[in-house]
Amino acid sequence: MAEQAPVIEKKDPTAGVLTALQEKFGDAVRVDDREGYSGIIVAGDKLVEVATALRDDLGYNYLASASAVDYLGKGDHLEMVYHLANVDAVGNNLVVKAQTPRDVATLPSVVPVWPGADFQEREAYDLMGITFEGHPYLKRILMWEGFAGHPLRKDWHEAYYEQDQKPFDSRWPEGDVWRSEQKNVYGKNVKYPDGFTLDDYEAQAERVIYEGMDLGVDVRNGIAADTVIVSMGPQHPSTHGVFRMVVTLDGETIVKLRPVMGYLHRNHEKIGERNTWIGNMPFTDRLDYFCSLHNNFGYALAVEQLLAMGKRYEAPTYRAEVIRVLMAELTRILNHLVAIGFLLNDLGAYFTPLMYAIVERELILDFFEAVTGSRMMCNYFRFGGVAYDLPERMITTALAEDVNQRVRDMDTMQYLRQLITERLPKAVEQTDKLLTQNEIITNRAIDVGVLTREDAIAYSAAGPVLRASGVAYDLRRSDPYSIYPDLNFDVAVRKHGDIYDRFLIRLDEMRESLKILKQILPLLAETAGQPFFAGRATHTVKTPVGESYGHSENPKGELGYYVVSDGGGNPWRYHVRAPSFINLTALDKMCQGHKVADVVGILGSIDIVLGELDR
Amino acid sequence: MTNDNFLKELHNPDMPVPEGMESTVAVTGFNELLSSIYNWGRSNSIWPMAFGLACCAIEMIATASSRFDQARFGMEVLRATPRQADLMLVSGTVTKKMVVPIVRLYNQMAEPKYVLAMGACAIGGGPFKEGYNVVSGIDKFIPVDVYVPGCPPTPQALLYGLMKVQDRIRGQAFGNANSIPWYGKGPSDEVPVPILGPDLIDPRQAFLLRRAAAGEFDAPEPVADSTEEE
Ligand code: SF4
Repeated sequence: MAEQAPVIEKKDPTAGVLTALQEKFGDAVRVDDREGYSGIIVAGDKLVEVATALRDDLGYNYLASASAVDYLGKGDHLEMVYHLANVDAVGNNLVVKAQTPRDVATLPSVVPVWPGADFQEREAYDLMGITFEGHPYLKRILMWEGFAGHPLRKDWHEAYYEQDQKPFDSRWPEGDVWRSEQKNVYGKNVKYPDGFTLDDYEAQAERVIYEGMDLGVDVRNGIAADTVIVSMGPQHPSTHGVFRMVVTLDGETIVKLRPVMGYLHRNHEKIGERNTWIGNMPFTDRLDYFCSLHNNFGYALAVEQLLAMGKRYEAPTYRAEVIRVLMAELTRILNHLVAIGFLLNDLGAYFTPLMYAIVERELILDFFEAVTGSRMMCNYFRFGGVAYDLPERMITTALAEDVNQRVRDMDTMQYLRQLITERLPKAVEQTDKLLTQNEIITNRAIDVGVLTREDAIAYSAAGPVLRASGVAYDLRRSDPYSIYPDLNFDVAVRKHGDIYDRFLIRLDEMRESLKILKQILPLLAETAGQPFFAGRATHTVKTPVGESYGHSENPKGELGYYVVSDGGGNPWRYHVRAPSFINLTALDKMCQGHKVADVVGILGSIDIVLGELDR
Repeated sequence: MTNDNFLKELHNPDMPVPEGMESTVAVTGFNELLSSIYNWGRSNSIWPMAFGLACCAIEMIATASSRFDQARFGMEVLRATPRQADLMLVSGTVTKKMVVPIVRLYNQMAEPKYVLAMGACAIGGGPFKEGYNVVSGIDKFIPVDVYVPGCPPTPQALLYGLMKVQDRIRGQAFGNANSIPWYGKGPSDEVPVPILGPDLIDPRQAFLLRRAAAGEFDAPEPVADSTEEE
């Protein structure tokens, strides 16, 4: 029998909080007693008061995630789910919910309490059609203004819609192959509302971006001479992909900045609700495409939590956990090296630092490819373990020497050891030596784009952005998972919250990751030969009814998956709490008062990736 | 292309070469000579446009970086503006929201221009094809010269695709409108920019929309069972 990873006991603060709240609000709060569910349900009209009490009296100062669920045919209501945490405490995460009938679809906005809800409520408005009263700027965020319908509602179907759940009857098991285009009059992935005519239609998508954006300029009456609006992106060399910002400038100084996103919104959640549980794994790869293995981690955690409520669940084996942490920390180093490279690109060093970073990335990717079969889209985690064990030998270019040297056949463990103990530490120190004291960087980064501790918490910033502002909140410690409790490492924290600290903290975190990896090496050797997967490998898993929220500390911040199961082979609801997306809520705040040239630097220091931002 | 091949391709068989000089001399017409020199220059100094759409863009960056070094093919100058670029690498998922700027960028590129569709998404929608905001292939909107399959294609595959673009350029004839439309008379046509309506509207399909509005056919309903059709 394989050794199991130790089970981490989690305390559930719900009961205590409920008593405290009921004293004050009586019947307006009740426990969520649906089978498989947890947390507190708050009456819509009392939501803001309860939220304020939760924040001020009970210490829930951090809104980790806000997501909406459509319970069509299961009570016919829409539900907002808020995952709360206290950044100064360990493992006391709380779930709060508010419900509204589908035809009313109105809830009060919690932005005044947790400003970090801003984009997430806009997302719920856009995709679920919930109106938030009191929201400062309730506009569509991922789709465009004028789009017909709210796509994440269960009764909304896209142009290529075939069936609610995969595998589709038409394709499996008979396997009849045709292209969706053939079934569509337009030959494209489009459909229009009944009675739509082109003749009296006026497109508003672009106009609305500027109008009513509260940019301080009235576009209709001409633009005043001293403030101008500049649109950066979506095609712009320094926006890290197809991201757009609209900024109002007074001279060169930023007065107001609005991110415009959705240019890579590829309907991850809608597709995810049709896929089988395991069928979603490769899709998570494509969220933050630098860190595909880490994305797998969070999703595996979420579904395993759900499965654990059922009977026939086996926790991942110890070796599986060791391999998972190995992959996760290698990914973190890869991500941070590249992130620093991109940041320097934005600060004007052009491609040079990135070139150095990518040399190391290639070495790590060689390992990933040898283990998982793919460089970037690894699709490696399974519920109960990982897909394959480490191979004995791997093909790679020589380490520690020129990367262009001939391909070599190497022992995998030797390769790993060399990578972790020699090559990567050298790369980190080299990055440090080359950049940290560089005068241009210090001048451009120190005291630019400051995010204070209070703001970082209020705006739900996560990951290095939060920790660079002096908050020691790291899920590996705050809500421990996998074998992290047994590992010896520190949570890196910096105090000033400017670009420079966000750069330094990435160096710190890489050093901590290396520390972890060095502890992993002997564990790998010890567990060699033990099973890397618990239970039976199947194409479909059946999950018990219920909900679960699994989150992992991704290199970019808290990556959370909120999944709801109705007992079938597919998720009923599948929501991704994307750190890149929520970290941007504070972008406007960070940029105000700085010069336009600093915007790209500030954006680079947040480290966004569009696949995850837009999903 | 080796020197021998180059001479062989350039040589016009109708024109004799003095004996003994076949390996060093080629005789050809003026236009062919000009084309070959011109294409040699063009194909070895392609300036791709610097824009990445999704995951594939990361492999595109890897291709341009240290290990794979796209500069060996004369393509290291990534241009941030379409006006200076002659190759558009569509590297990733094309969404409905993004296809509008992409078509606009394509129109802004100077002729002669080339498009390479990188990855399953750019070719046909890829894993996200069924998504409500995803375009099933960029070739539904702009002409594509080379397709590189993969999800994502490895840098090696992309390099191969880029060499195919070079081959394509080398096969074109200077001043020949059949080979490069841009050499023809009159202005070159712009691709109409799609509109973001209740769903994406391709202006080229306005007639279909009008017919739908006039009730000439029902708005298409998705078909659940495919076996009856066909
Ligand atoms: S083809 Fe694959 S890797 Fe490329 S953009 Fe699409 S999903 Fe990403």
